[in-house]
Amino acid sequence: MLKCRTVWKKLAPLARSSSTLCRQNVKRTGLNNGRIPTCVPAANMSTGPGGLGGDNLKYTIMVGAACVGSLTYAYFLLKGDQKRYQERIEEITTRSQRSSKEEAATVQSEPPAVEATQTEAVPESVPEAAPSPEEPSPPAAPAEEPAAPAEAAAPSETTAPPPADEPVVEAPPEEAATPVAAPVVEEAADSTPASLKVPSHSPYLLIGGGTASFAAARSIRARDPGARVLIVTDEPDLPYMRPPLSKELWFSDDPSVTETLRFKQWNGKERSIYFQPPSFYINSEELASAENGGVAVLTGKKVVHMDVRGNKVKLDDDTEISYDKCLIATGGVPRNLQVIERAGEEVMKKTTLFRKIEDFKSLDNVSRNAKSITIIGGGFLGSELACALGRRSTESGLEVIQMFPEKGNMGKVLPEYLSNWTTEKVKREGVKVIAEALVKSVTCKDDKLEIHLKDGRLVKTDHIVAAVGLEPNVDLAKSAGLEVDSDFGGYRVNAELQARSNIWVAGDAACFYDIRLGRRRVEHHDHAVVSGRLAGENMTGASKPYWHQSMFWSDLGPDVGYEAIGIVDSSLPTVGVFAKATAKDTPKAATEKSGTGIRSESETEDTATSPVASVTPLPPVAHKDDYGKGVIFYLRDKVVVGIILWNVFNRMPIARKIIKDGEEHADLNEVAKLFNIHED
Amino acid sequence: MSSVRQEGKDKIIFVTKEDHETPSSAELVEEDPNDPYEERGLILPNGEINWNCPCLGGMASGPCGTEFKDAFSCFHYSKEEVKGSDCLEQFRAMQECMQRYPELYPQEDEKSSSKTSQDSTEESGANSTSASEQDSNTSQPDTESTAES
Repeated sequence: MLKCRTVWKKLAPLARSSSTLCRQNVKRTGLNNGRIPTCVPAANMSTGPGGLGGDNLKYTIMVGAACVGSLTYAYFLLKGDQKRYQERIEEITTRSQRSSKEEAATVQSEPPAVEATQTEAVPESVPEAAPSPEEPSPPAAPAEEPAAPAEAAAPSETTAPPPADEPVVEAPPEEAATPVAAPVVEEAADSTPASLKVPSHSPYLLIGGGTASFAAARSIRARDPGARVLIVTDEPDLPYMRPPLSKELWFSDDPSVTETLRFKQWNGKERSIYFQPPSFYINSEELASAENGGVAVLTGKKVVHMDVRGNKVKLDDDTEISYDKCLIATGGVPRNLQVIERAGEEVMKKTTLFRKIEDFKSLDNVSRNAKSITIIGGGFLGSELACALGRRSTESGLEVIQMFPEKGNMGKVLPEYLSNWTTEKVKREGVKVIAEALVKSVTCKDDKLEIHLKDGRLVKTDHIVAAVGLEPNVDLAKSAGLEVDSDFGGYRVNAELQARSNIWVAGDAACFYDIRLGRRRVEHHDHAVVSGRLAGENMTGASKPYWHQSMFWSDLGPDVGYEAIGIVDSSLPTVGVFAKATAKDTPKAATEKSGTGIRSESETEDTATSPVASVTPLPPVAHKDDYGKGVIFYLRDKVVVGIILWNVFNRMPIARKIIKDGEEHADLNEVAKLFNIHED
Repeated sequence: MSSVRQEGKDKIIFVTKEDHETPSSAELVEEDPNDPYEERGLILPNGEINWNCPCLGGMASGPCGTEFKDAFSCFHYSKEEVKGSDCLEQFRAMQECMQRYPELYPQEDEKSSSKTSQDSTEESGANSTSASEQDSNTSQPDTESTAES
């Protein structure tokens, strides 16, 4: 698609110059239309009047023969062009709409003597042409008429490029429009720049090209047969999933992973981070005409204005797209620390705000060249990146520092005892953890960054990764007149994710009402999938509230992997039920703590599958600190509102059920039994 | 014997395998099979196919979505002795379409796509809810291949 555009763009100035050249020649030589055979006498008019003497006769014959010869030549040239025409038409008719051909025919019947420049011709015929992606073709038709005859006229103008050469009259009218439309439209492109690429209407318009948007597109297509879905994204990439950017992609053995963006899933199979390859999508020009509809993605375009009354949006290139149903899935933008923003250009250049593919590529590059990287932030993203980089540090000698204001990693999510335990695990991954760190200022000195903490500590590093939260993107709220939530941020929507009668919001940007857990805004991948899917269902008439509770997960090294669901906030009272660690669970930890002096054996037993039978059951004191696996309940008014499955997997349905029930349970140990934590 | 500890507002319980061997006394609310809000598996309570089931991956929504829906619907409602034997035309059309998009429908899936149709209908009764749960659980809920369900 883009290639064609560049080719057409290149041909445009050529066509323009050749057509102006032709027109100038026409004016100069006084020839009008080569296509009209009656031109012959016109050419002869320049010869002398009667009085045919011998010399005059020879002269007349010579001139006559020359004219006949040149006209015959022109005729064959045009025939050849017609052939090329036909071929191109066949190729294009598979794409073009039938109705646009009829439009072209009616527009063609306009008097060809439209001497006006191409740009003038376009606005004239625009009102006649129905809004469709084929819009450029009809306007181009009259525009190319003045050009083509002029070009066909003088046989010497064979230098004109083939597209511009195409004759108008001989070829059937409707077929003339589309092929020549290409270079000519580019000349007229200034008045309708993106009409070639951007459809003017889409029944389903999805703003944002991330996980929620893709899930909605899939949902709409599944439920509305032949649906036409247009995704508009300001990123250059097709929809992709984010979690691997801070996890799996870093553990890949493939050196070209930054190009392929492929990773190994939990089941061993490899896949790309892109949800679907490009062949899944159709071109936005084909969206209106595709027989069975499809999903088209417009990349590199930002929606800057939304007119809710008029049901249309405006892009950053001033084109407008009208819609029937619209989804806002604009996600968010990484937050930055004020101290870094104030620190100046030098510091900003050495700071990464991690979210997109380009950030992954750039950080991967930095990690190969820098000596020291500091991650500011102790939440999911910060901790995952710290562990990923920490693992790299063992090979490359890279220093990885992580600092955050909380007491331990995931301090806002995990209860304190678990957060401390996790921090120790993160340290084992090769990360220098600085807890209770508040950044006072950052300066750049001798090409190194100096981070001054409020307690006086100084950290010197080469590069900073700021993972301090996400700012939901509510840029369209003002123009659209949509409500923004003051507590959680994001667009405020109801339980069915609806903001207005034909506008829905899903994903990170949606502050929605959860019937069970109350109003909230969730920034996790599965929520984007679930809410996107729900929005898609509701856009096709389902009217379902947010009911299926989404989950999330995180992996921090080989010892810490958990899945969670619901409201998991460390400020809530928790009840954690852990399996008393046996040697089988964590052989290394057990032998090390017991101090039985068989450390060397424990190292080799890292890979052994048989339990270390010789180790006697440890006294409860040592066990207390070993949170190998278990389940943690988060309570609000005695009701379980959140659950973490700590190193136990495939039990999410039970957790989901407990949250859905919303019951008060007297003994949570009994509830914990449902999870069978001692089994694998 | 389990050990219980309190650290501020957080309670920590350690349990042995034996502690958890006795059946749980926790009561769960009975499920309503016709709850309209619930996520459904492949087959809806009214017998229709749930095209939005995560288990189908992108099959019903991709470029060959229409052909897939035709073929699978025909199969689902087929009353023939050999189920789907009257749907060869639709399956052929679907395969033809899929061959035009080898990237989306890798050729080895030719067998598995029809296999999945049969598997799905067999499993649907038993696994409908768990299939949808599972797919919401997996780290990568959106997969290209229909073989995973």
